[in-house]
Amino acid sequence: MTPDPRVHRRVEQLMGLPVSLALRGRHADDGLADDAWARAVEQLREVDRVFSTYREDSWVSRLGRGEVEVADCPPEIAEVLALGEEARRESFGVFDVRRPAADGRRVLDPSGVVKGWAVARAARLFEALPETDVCLSAGGDMVARTAAPGSTGWRIGVEDPADPTRVVAVVPVRDGAVATSGSVHRGAHVTHGRSGAVPTAVASVTVVAADLTWADIDATAAFALDAEGPAWLRTRPGRRAVVVWADGRTEVVQGVAPAGAAVSG
Amino acid sequence: MKRISFWLLATLSVVVLLFGYDASRTGATSTLASPPAVVSNGAQSSTSGSSGSSGGSSGGSSSSGSSSGSSGGSSSGGSTAATSRTVTGGVADTQWGPVQVQLAVTAGKITKVRVLQQPAGNPKDTEINDYALPILIKETTDAQSAQIDMVSGATVTSTGYLQSLQSALDQAHL
Repeated sequence: MTPDPRVHRRVEQLMGLPVSLALRGRHADDGLADDAWARAVEQLREVDRVFSTYREDSWVSRLGRGEVEVADCPPEIAEVLALGEEARRESFGVFDVRRPAADGRRVLDPSGVVKGWAVARAARLFEALPETDVCLSAGGDMVARTAAPGSTGWRIGVEDPADPTRVVAVVPVRDGAVATSGSVHRGAHVTHGRSGAVPTAVASVTVVAADLTWADIDATAAFALDAEGPAWLRTRPGRRAVVVWADGRTEVVQGVAPAGAAVSG
Repeated sequence: MKRISFWLLATLSVVVLLFGYDASRTGATSTLASPPAVVSNGAQSSTSGSSGSSGGSSGGSSSSGSSSGSSGGSSSGGSTAATSRTVTGGVADTQWGPVQVQLAVTAGKITKVRVLQQPAGNPKDTEINDYALPILIKETTDAQSAQIDMVSGATVTSTGYLQSLQSALDQAHL
């Protein structure tokens, strides 16, 4: 791989994921970059302490056990739960932060919202770096921002679900977010929110959107919808998606035009 | 700036078209259907050299196109020994207007991209499509030729990370 000498990278294991930072431009490799990265790392560690379902003592775990109320928790909990509820409505229940457990009961697991929300928030710390492009990825879901003069933006490879050393598509992104949901390597970790079914027709769904919270939610929901996912994605405002089918076919899906997008920028 | 990036996107979408027409099961968004129209062989290294220098004549779009298609210096090494040829695409009718590109291909890799025809789309369209234009590239999917900055994938997790492209990207700079 030919490294781009202008891109400066950092990586840290956070929230159980490799979090990769790429900076390019005026403050790609200086004290300002170090400070922003340190703040981002600390912020994501705090997210893990509050939201991890693997930690018995996290607020989410205590909330799930009924030991505390939402009102007792840090305000971020209510913010994330509201996002989860919005996602549940918009996906007709396919996406649900209360997932069905083996015994049929509902278990509070907002992980599907937390990662995108947390990385989107952390990425904003780098907007303080003038004339600097940033791409912040947590486990393959990322925010990309372009601010360097003359920058051509970021080129995001969509991993081949059948071979992680290859990509099936390249998505150029100046300002936006890319998230992928699929079943490879981690096994089946996405199930249909209502039926509990595991997707089989689709190998991965990559969603490009303006915001990572929603790119991540939509990728997860579309993957859970399996063969119906592309049709649902076409109804999503401003989304673009790369769907890799289990048989290796690749399909590009475009959502409806976003309201008010023409005046953004 | 916006304009240049837009041309870059348009260029790449046609690169995709050129490579993707045999994999025409790919999908939905583009109505780009024209196969490559002209293939001229044996131009050798002079072709890629001249297209590089003439890149400036048609404005910023050509330079952005060429940077997407090749890494620095890639055209110099293989071009004399390996077969070099240019491929001129048909005029593709995109949602923004007609696009036509010419590729220089050396040893099976794109070494130059020239934009022969560009749409005079209105800036609002560019804004809408500014943040994302997914591109499928069937023939240039290995890490070297894809020229990617980051990888999005379900396997870019702790367990899959060590084998992943993202790991390679991170380590190239650590």
